[in-house]
Amino acid sequence: MEFELLKDRQSQVVRSQRREVTPVDCNKASVAGSVSQRACTFCGSRVVLYPIADALHLVHGPVGCAAYTWDIRGALSSGPELHRISCSTDLREKDVVFGGEHRLEISLRQLISKYSPKAAFVYGTCVIGVIGDDVAAVCRRVELDVGIPIIPVLAEGFRGTKRDGYNAATSALLTLIGRGDTSGIGKHSINLMGDFNVAGESWIIKKYFEQMGVEVVSVLTGDGRVDEISRAHGARLNIVQCAGSMTPLAQGMQERYGIPFIRVSFFGIEDTSDALYRTAKFFGSPSILNNTQALVSAELSRVLPELRAIRRELQGKRAGLYVGGAFKAFSLVRALRQLGVSVVVAGTQTGNQEEYAELQAVCDEDTIIVDDTNPLELAAFLVEKDVDVFIGGVKERPVAYKLGIGFCDHNHERKIALAGFEGAVAFAREIHATATSPIWSLMPRRAQAGKMRNNEAEP
Amino acid sequence: MMAVDTQVTKEISEVRSSYGADATVNPCTLCAPLGAALATAGIEGAISLLHGAQGCATYIRRYLISHFREPVDVASSSFGESQTVFGGEDNLSRALNNIEQQYHPNIVTVATTCVAETVGEDVPLLLKRYNSRRATVLPIVYAATPSYKDGHVEGFHAMVRSIVQTLAADAGPPERAVNLIPPLLSPADLRHVREIIEGFGVRATLVPDYSDTLDGIILDEYRALPQGGTPLNEIERMLRSLTTIDLTMTGKAPRASDILASRGSQTRLLGLPIGVRATDAFVEALAQETSLDCPQWLVKERGRLLDAYADGHKYVFGKRVGLYGDPELVTGLAMFLLEIGARPVVCATGARNRALTKALEQLPSGSVEEILDDTDFAKFEAACRRTSTELLMGSSKGYGTARSLGIPLLRLGFPVHDRIGAGRIQIVGYRGTLWLFDSIVNVLLERRQEASNVGYSYL
Repeated sequence: MEFELLKDRQSQVVRSQRREVTPVDCNKASVAGSVSQRACTFCGSRVVLYPIADALHLVHGPVGCAAYTWDIRGALSSGPELHRISCSTDLREKDVVFGGEHRLEISLRQLISKYSPKAAFVYGTCVIGVIGDDVAAVCRRVELDVGIPIIPVLAEGFRGTKRDGYNAATSALLTLIGRGDTSGIGKHSINLMGDFNVAGESWIIKKYFEQMGVEVVSVLTGDGRVDEISRAHGARLNIVQCAGSMTPLAQGMQERYGIPFIRVSFFGIEDTSDALYRTAKFFGSPSILNNTQALVSAELSRVLPELRAIRRELQGKRAGLYVGGAFKAFSLVRALRQLGVSVVVAGTQTGNQEEYAELQAVCDEDTIIVDDTNPLELAAFLVEKDVDVFIGGVKERPVAYKLGIGFCDHNHERKIALAGFEGAVAFAREIHATATSPIWSLMPRRAQAGKMRNNEAEP
Repeated sequence: MMAVDTQVTKEISEVRSSYGADATVNPCTLCAPLGAALATAGIEGAISLLHGAQGCATYIRRYLISHFREPVDVASSSFGESQTVFGGEDNLSRALNNIEQQYHPNIVTVATTCVAETVGEDVPLLLKRYNSRRATVLPIVYAATPSYKDGHVEGFHAMVRSIVQTLAADAGPPERAVNLIPPLLSPADLRHVREIIEGFGVRATLVPDYSDTLDGIILDEYRALPQGGTPLNEIERMLRSLTTIDLTMTGKAPRASDILASRGSQTRLLGLPIGVRATDAFVEALAQETSLDCPQWLVKERGRLLDAYADGHKYVFGKRVGLYGDPELVTGLAMFLLEIGARPVVCATGARNRALTKALEQLPSGSVEEILDDTDFAKFEAACRRTSTELLMGSSKGYGTARSLGIPLLRLGFPVHDRIGAGRIQIVGYRGTLWLFDSIVNVLLERRQEASNVGYSYL
């Protein structure tokens, strides 16, 4: 394929981390016509709030935005499943001309009476920002009447990037936090922030904290409940996993309630162990520390034999990754290194400059680092770096497969838990299953170029 | 530059038979630009550009990619706040330039998103100005696709109409060719329709034809735009063909076939060839137009289908089936079910027009118990409960309904996101109907087998 990097995109691709670090240009609107893999502000707000399972999520605008976000994520609930239905005011031309507030109010009242949610989030999409519906006023009016929190989310797609949507969501969460009763919350208590319970990952992590003797007050927002989130301000520490989306909320809670936060990750055994130890050290309780040591050593001895076996087969493979946030990228680079796999292409949709500097530091010198990439760039980088396995989301999958390259879904749509110690094993199995599949030796690009490395040689 | 379609549909959708005052819960439609992007994928060397915020293009891509499991690139002019306030001309121009540089397209289709329509972008004018500034003309086709008016079905037809209106203008000497305007069909169905037409010794011009672009093969290198699609010079020569067969019902006036008719082409309006009678009508039309007999392989396929009907008729007799999807699909399936003695008790579509109702109202009374247009899955499920529906047929979006009703779902149409091979589902022609018939019988047999205490392995 003939490929030429667009001029407008050149500052967002960095090819060498040698000595002086070249900064990656980032945190800006996608280049028009570049076919970005990013969505929009609405998407950012929707993904963060989506897992709150006993809230009504009403998308105010024409029907498309609600349709595309109907039951698409693997975020599980242990109880109510209101998050899995898709509600839209489904505005029509008449509403766009005369305003959609009336329709919004009718829809809200009707849905609240039908589903009895504990709260409602109202996402205003592009059209709302243009026609100027006073969504906040409608929310206030209905809230006074029905007695549950009704929270407007400023989610107009054109407002900014996906990251701006995270901020809209965390602002909405901040209006919910502080409403609940915090009595009974112990001193060794945390909020788990930025875990969305994809395939039950929050449950895995909560189980670890329970074993350590740490109380989880709320998870934001995995398997989320309005009442739990409302009393999140009673926790003593915020554990921030998806830092890209949740840092503003953690900062807001620090300012408002004096709750400190630490940034952690539960992807890979190193980062998981580190996250648990740092939490234990924060509380400084000898029993928690002992429990943590026992937990980590038991888990490691359980998972290491299989990880080592898989590493023997993966040693020397090359990976590319393109994920939403930078913090996941750091973890994946480390987790893959543990498996003997080097990351040769790494990119994110929403990283900021600080985060890219860290990504550059954690990657090898000649790793291509890319912000807000597109399919043609990805295809070119994957071929250039002779990648064996690509880690990304559904939109990147066919690019890898068309090139005869393995693929692992690490996005919110996945149905396999990849967090914690057991998740690290599942991740290793996923990478192994795709990177060592015998089918790739049949694919023309691989077969013709005679580029098969290691155990991929034809039988 | 080529003539830009300035035809703006004046009629305001008054169809609200199911829409009413209720909020939409679990939409049975997608938005109009998705249809426009899908239609574009069936034109050789074409790429879609959506004028508006970035998220629309990305959501649509994810939806199409998950269904077809192929790369689908849709560009965006990436509106931010300033474009929303001051207009998107610069972004549109930059997007077109970047697309040209990266993709080298034969043609670009531009469709509008809600935000561009709401702020009143005069896209035809902007495109005219864009091309007047260039040394060479970039071929562009434009369709207005505001989703507060239309869904994906209408968006699909709007883009097909614009393509035909813009390109099909070359009235030269007659050619042994037949034009076909299909509704939204699977790649396998498009391929088979082409095979049937070519079976009569004529060239088939399908607008659109994404049978190769969205069901592609593995190649030795990545292609910016996939191989396949209807060549522009074939579309230009449509007026020379023997006839135009229009299988669509929902295109707004003037439809693509109306435009061809107004330019002197003979046109025929037919239902989707599903079932013996509907396929007979299609085959008969081809025999008349080409003055050739039906090819022997097709005669044999017809015989095999009738043979299967005899083998399986008792299993399907009187079965109460709920159908949902695009109007053409639901109408075609309803006629087929009546032909085999089953009962299409609920026929539903999310499309915002009366095509389905008009088509089904002509049937003898009692054939269909409930017809829903402009509906959602909440209302569809209620209708299925009222009518004691035993089997659902439609997209994977109906899985929740089937699960809630405790009845089986036969997946077809768009989208199918929970199975592999959606693009290979074939239901048209005698051959496609045979698969459909076998599948229905087998779904019912499987249900009987699983519900039985005995567990017969011989049925």
